Amino acid sequence: MAADKQPQRKKIEATGQMMKIMSDYFYDLNDAAKSDERKVAWCTSVGPAELLRAMGFAVHFPENHAAMLGATRMATELIPEANTIGYSPDICSYLTADIGAYLKGSSPLAKAYPGIEGPPKPDVLVYNTNQCRDVQDWFSWYAKELDVPCIGITSPKNFTDVSEILIDDVTRQIEALIPTLEEVSGKKLDPQKLRETVALSRECTELWRQVLETAAATPAPLTFFDGTIHMGPAVVLRGTQQAVDYYQQLLAELQQRIADQVAAVDGEKHRIYWEGMPVWGRLRQHSELFSELQASVLVSTYCSSWVFPDFDAEQPIRSMAKAYLGLFIVRSDAYKEEYIKQMLKKFQIDGIIYHDAKTCPCNSNSRYGMPQRLEEETGIPSLVISGDLNDLRCVSDEQTRTNVEAFIEQLEEK
Amino acid sequence: MTETVYVGLDMGASRTKVAVIDHQGRLLGHAVKKSGIDFGATAALCLDASLEMAGVTRSQIGDAVATGYGRNNVDFVTEKNKTEIGCHARGCHQQFSGAITIIDIGGQDNKLIKLDERGRRSSFKMNRKCAAGTGAFLEEMSSRLDIPLEEMNNLARQATEMIKLGSYCTVFSATEVLENIRHGKPVADIIRGIFYSMIQRVLEMDSLTDKVVLSGGVVAHNPYLVEMTEELIGRPVLLPEFPQLTGAYGAALYALDGTKT
Ligand code: SF4
Repeated sequence: MAADKQPQRKKIEATGQMMKIMSDYFYDLNDAAKSDERKVAWCTSVGPAELLRAMGFAVHFPENHAAMLGATRMATELIPEANTIGYSPDICSYLTADIGAYLKGSSPLAKAYPGIEGPPKPDVLVYNTNQCRDVQDWFSWYAKELDVPCIGITSPKNFTDVSEILIDDVTRQIEALIPTLEEVSGKKLDPQKLRETVALSRECTELWRQVLETAAATPAPLTFFDGTIHMGPAVVLRGTQQAVDYYQQLLAELQQRIADQVAAVDGEKHRIYWEGMPVWGRLRQHSELFSELQASVLVSTYCSSWVFPDFDAEQPIRSMAKAYLGLFIVRSDAYKEEYIKQMLKKFQIDGIIYHDAKTCPCNSNSRYGMPQRLEEETGIPSLVISGDLNDLRCVSDEQTRTNVEAFIEQLEEK
Repeated sequence: MTETVYVGLDMGASRTKVAVIDHQGRLLGHAVKKSGIDFGATAALCLDASLEMAGVTRSQIGDAVATGYGRNNVDFVTEKNKTEIGCHARGCHQQFSGAITIIDIGGQDNKLIKLDERGRRSSFKMNRKCAAGTGAFLEEMSSRLDIPLEEMNNLARQATEMIKLGSYCTVFSATEVLENIRHGKPVADIIRGIFYSMIQRVLEMDSLTDKVVLSGGVVAHNPYLVEMTEELIGRPVLLPEFPQLTGAYGAALYALDGTKT
């Protein structure tokens, strides 16, 4: 179907700047790991990064490293290394790829950034189980291996409303991390610095929200696939001025695209919502597959997960707790469905694709009847594709292509 | 008089099917062959055989559409292609009016497609993750039992009991089958259990609407599957005249449709 059309991938000009700040970030991490004065903390993607940053830690996000292993297609080779030491191929393929990479001594950082050998050695590991239990298992493995403290937040789960009781709980858990962090860093927490960091995080995620919402325009100026690349700074640099500056630049470019009616997908005919994780090793192929079919996958739960409207510099710790509890992944299906329904409306969506990722049940929302319920309520058709975030052994390109093409045919019949 | 014909080519992973129709959508010729490894060559063989059956030549082809797993490998026959989901839907809608659920059991995958009264797809599910519920499962079992595929159908019919398989997995199922044989269980009863497992895997994929159409090569060669499905869902199912050709026929109809717009 329409295989004759060569899709044009439109380059976002700001990409160069993003590469630069990401590169600066990785070199800074590397320097921190080598210096005696600076300390390195590893943090889960929606862990207490604001606190760590305010306390002067250089912060590494293993999920970011694992996604790089996926995007560079190194992961599939490395996952079996972790499988052989008892980490099943059925569990998080970020975990298995990252531990596999450590065991093998290989890293995409070493390939991309001369002088860097791999992830920075940690002084402390800090998790938040708001996304899944796997992060705790993952960090615990390194804690033993590298003999460093591993602390974290055990998050409540599956709630619809973020109640005060839950916020109290997580606030106390965050506060309880401080003594260990002060001990590792050798510094007292400066409340003013924390307020500033939270304010910057708020600003960063607010700009990121505006960036993502440019896709509400018709035609959409950016796709989910662009989003997965450009979310880098929102993930690893939230709480810093660099991230804020970057998203101002990106937002201006996308607003200009809207003014000029520049479409991310030429001849956009279908507007698609992506639910679930990207298949990191297939970003380009998937982006091309949809463009060929004049379908713009323009919004996702995944990229929108780094929007935290609750950060408040006046109440730094309590608002961090609220923000981390507000995350989509940790909420009930009732909340998730309301959220998706609003997104479908806001972005004028014609169809939903659920990626059922074999190794990440928490990000696979097609397993408890959600597609059927949402389809019934909204009339918007959906398709579930089987795959995985990192383990390409679970991905069938042929199956994906046929399913996606058939889905677009179905939308065309409407 | 030189009649214009329309060709549908369904290149499945296991079998290649071609249908040739006239401008009224009537089936004039058809052919089915093992897809093998040279898709292009098999497509050409099937095309020529079905044209010969229709009594026409390649020059009379008005248009052609390809579908199926190898649909992108047959540019020499046609540049146009549609997914097999679309073609099965089109082929069945032509033969059965009203809203239907199509269950297609192929050699390597199965599909469950729902159509509304106007033949538009409302949803579809496709399984290619594993062999469960596909012809490949049946082939594996036939080789484990050392019983030719063609004999499985009749043997299943002769069963007096059914020995159900407990697992999804083809490898585990094969072990279970061998275990049953070791325990002296009647082969016919085991085969009925194998058929049951296949159809059960497919029925688990989605809910069904009132009218159910069964199609696909596995159904064409194993009519017992039809009876068993009827028993399981508690109502008669509809069967196209050539269950294996539904996709190719739908593709030919798309070729014909294309000339009308
Ligand atoms: S949310 Fe999924 S991908 Fe992320 S760490 Fe947990 S299991 Fe892995």
